[in-house]
Amino acid sequence: MEVIVFLVPLALLLGLFGLLGFLWSLKNGQYDDLEGAAWRAISDDDETQAPRCVELMSESRP
Amino acid sequence: MRATRDFSHYVKHLGSGLAHIDLAVEGISCAGCISKIERGLSAIPDVTLARVNLTDRRVALEWKEGALDPARFIDCLVELGYKAYPFEAVTAEAAEAENSRFLLRCLGVAAFATMNVMMLSIPVWSGNVSDMLPEQRDFFHWISALIALPAAAYAGQPFFRSAFNALRSGNVNMDVPISIGVILALATSIVETIGHAEHAYFDAAIMLLTFLLIGRYLEQNMQRRTRAVAGNLAALKAETATKFVGPDEISVVPAAAVKAGDIVLLQPGERSAIDGTVIDGRSEIDQSLITGETSHAAVKPGSAVYAGSLNISGSLRMRVSAASEGTLLADIQRLLDHAVQGRSRYVQLADRASRFYAPVVHATAFLTMIGWLIAGASVHDAIITAIAVLIITCPCALGLAIPTVQTVASGAMFRAGVLLNSGDAIERVAEIDRIIFDKTGTLTLPELDVVNSAAVPADVLELAGRLALASHHPVASALARAAGAKSPLPGITEQPGQGVRGILKGEEVRLGSPTFCKADNIANEVLSRDPEVSVVAFARGEKRYVFAVRQSLRPDARAVIAALQKRGVAVEIVSGDREPAVRAAAEMLQIPEWRAGVTPADKIARIGELKRQGFKVMMVGDGLNDAPSLAAAHVSMSPISAAHLSQATADLVFLGNRLAPVIAAVDHSRKALRLMRQNLYLAVGYNCLAVPIAILGFVTPLIAAAAMSGSSILVMLNALRARPLPQENL
Repeated sequence: MEVIVFLVPLALLLGLFGLLGFLWSLKNGQYDDLEGAAWRAISDDDETQAPRCVELMSESRP
Repeated sequence: MRATRDFSHYVKHLGSGLAHIDLAVEGISCAGCISKIERGLSAIPDVTLARVNLTDRRVALEWKEGALDPARFIDCLVELGYKAYPFEAVTAEAAEAENSRFLLRCLGVAAFATMNVMMLSIPVWSGNVSDMLPEQRDFFHWISALIALPAAAYAGQPFFRSAFNALRSGNVNMDVPISIGVILALATSIVETIGHAEHAYFDAAIMLLTFLLIGRYLEQNMQRRTRAVAGNLAALKAETATKFVGPDEISVVPAAAVKAGDIVLLQPGERSAIDGTVIDGRSEIDQSLITGETSHAAVKPGSAVYAGSLNISGSLRMRVSAASEGTLLADIQRLLDHAVQGRSRYVQLADRASRFYAPVVHATAFLTMIGWLIAGASVHDAIITAIAVLIITCPCALGLAIPTVQTVASGAMFRAGVLLNSGDAIERVAEIDRIIFDKTGTLTLPELDVVNSAAVPADVLELAGRLALASHHPVASALARAAGAKSPLPGITEQPGQGVRGILKGEEVRLGSPTFCKADNIANEVLSRDPEVSVVAFARGEKRYVFAVRQSLRPDARAVIAALQKRGVAVEIVSGDREPAVRAAAEMLQIPEWRAGVTPADKIARIGELKRQGFKVMMVGDGLNDAPSLAAAHVSMSPISAAHLSQATADLVFLGNRLAPVIAAVDHSRKALRLMRQNLYLAVGYNCLAVPIAILGFVTPLIAAAAMSGSSILVMLNALRARPLPQENL
């Protein structure tokens, strides 16, 4: 049973990595827009035509 | 004079040559919108970041400084089909976002600790009945302590702080028994571990914190969300002022950037965003949002114009006065402060429960200890049993009972078009038995409506509508809206104060005052039938038509009033408007009780009178003059079109042209309050079952953990029932 002396701290260490990962993702703003993240996952990458406002912008640059 | 738009007030300079702006955007609803907006904006050269936040309905933009004018981003979004306006986070919202992140961090730490302590506790529980060596048990307990102590010290901060603050000011809130329970559980566990005892409560203490933090986080998140929506609505109102930056040069700036002493221009059809004094020009202004009075007031140099007034006929040059100098506003502010103090005495359900709960629990624990001492137990055993009672009664489910229901109910109300400004509004709405409605802008729509459009040939209406697009006059805008006009006629000139005219196929067309169109006879005939309407005349060649324009009631107003009366809620109208207008509305809606020409102070007096009679009054109003009475009422509600101050004061805000959200608010709140009470009974009932076991000294950490998670899950499941509500067709 001496093996638990290694196994328990090892398990805790793994858990700690999980916690650090969570704190990192929180700091990184991953929880700021949960609704948007849900939709982004299903949106396609390639179906947008360049909108007209590009021309609008380039005409009116100061 | 062509006005430039100046949004530099909102631009943040990030250093390293980048500028940042936050825009509130209306109409983002789906995945398609996200990619459309992000691609559209990113395609602009020099834009380095365009990120949509769908939860808050906002867009964050960064670009190379100096290369672009932020006003162009708004044009671009308009081009893409979205209304947008720069957004400035108020400090309260920023603080709330930070607090919400802190709670989530605490929750993460507590959840991590709970899982790992549980991993160690379960072998101990099962080992105690089989063959675990005492050394192994102690080892597991020490490791549990190593995890639980720092985690509790960090994740318990929100509770310890709040309990400390409450105790310092001589109060007791729910956090006091929580903090005492957690600290005692941890302290006993350490003492027990040192003494090689069988039971330690590290798991119970940290699990309690986890469950409570879930409740706290839900509550906080609900508040943050409504605050964000309210912030967007305020931003999208786009309160701007046209400011003179030179003798002849004007610039449209956000109202927040205007200072006292600035000179601003107020054009016809514009609503003033500031308080000021007229220095040049004559006009009529509509002060209905401020006084509730629908007839127009004449202003000349020297007259005061308050924020929210609508300029009707002529251009005005105004000097901005500091808000505090305006006597009317100062009056309203004073009434408001007074009224708000009165309301803060309301004690939330959760606090009422904890005032009763904490002494009972602590007394029970104390009596348990005394009882065991008398019965001959050792001091150590008596103390341990007393602490077990404290742990088992720790209000875990009580802490979840109310926030979970609030979160679910506020989500349901959000879908019904009701936004909550304050968290305890649900409890207060559920108790009301009387509603006072303001008339103008609340029972009626905020915009004018043409009432006799059916009496005029369709082609005439269409032509008049197109002509009306050339004018800024509010009556003309109502006509243009009623006709659904999109394209203005070419070559139209405006005659200030009279109307617009032009030539169409060789014929002269005119739209404006009856005298301007030589249609006085028809106009007088229309006015004699209904003296409450405003008239606008239209002339084409020799033909004359007169349109009658008035404020119309919200489409479902009558049905909603009837539905409210059916629910046992008495309804009355208290308005600052003239008597005939109020009487007409009251008769049409079948409201027997109404008062007209009421001043803000009298409105408060009326609410006070009803309060003394024991009524719980909800006030629904939109004007600046309603703000104090909104604050004085038991609970208050405003339409989204309301004046800024009123909206900030109201507990709930409703969207859209219909009055149905008022019913939805009442129904959802009543149901939610019922569920909150049920939840409290469930939580207390669960404790009542567990407490005798604890008093008798049979509680093991396993029973404590099972009782805690069982009751918490039960309460959460019950809260989900706040979601659906039978639909009623109005």
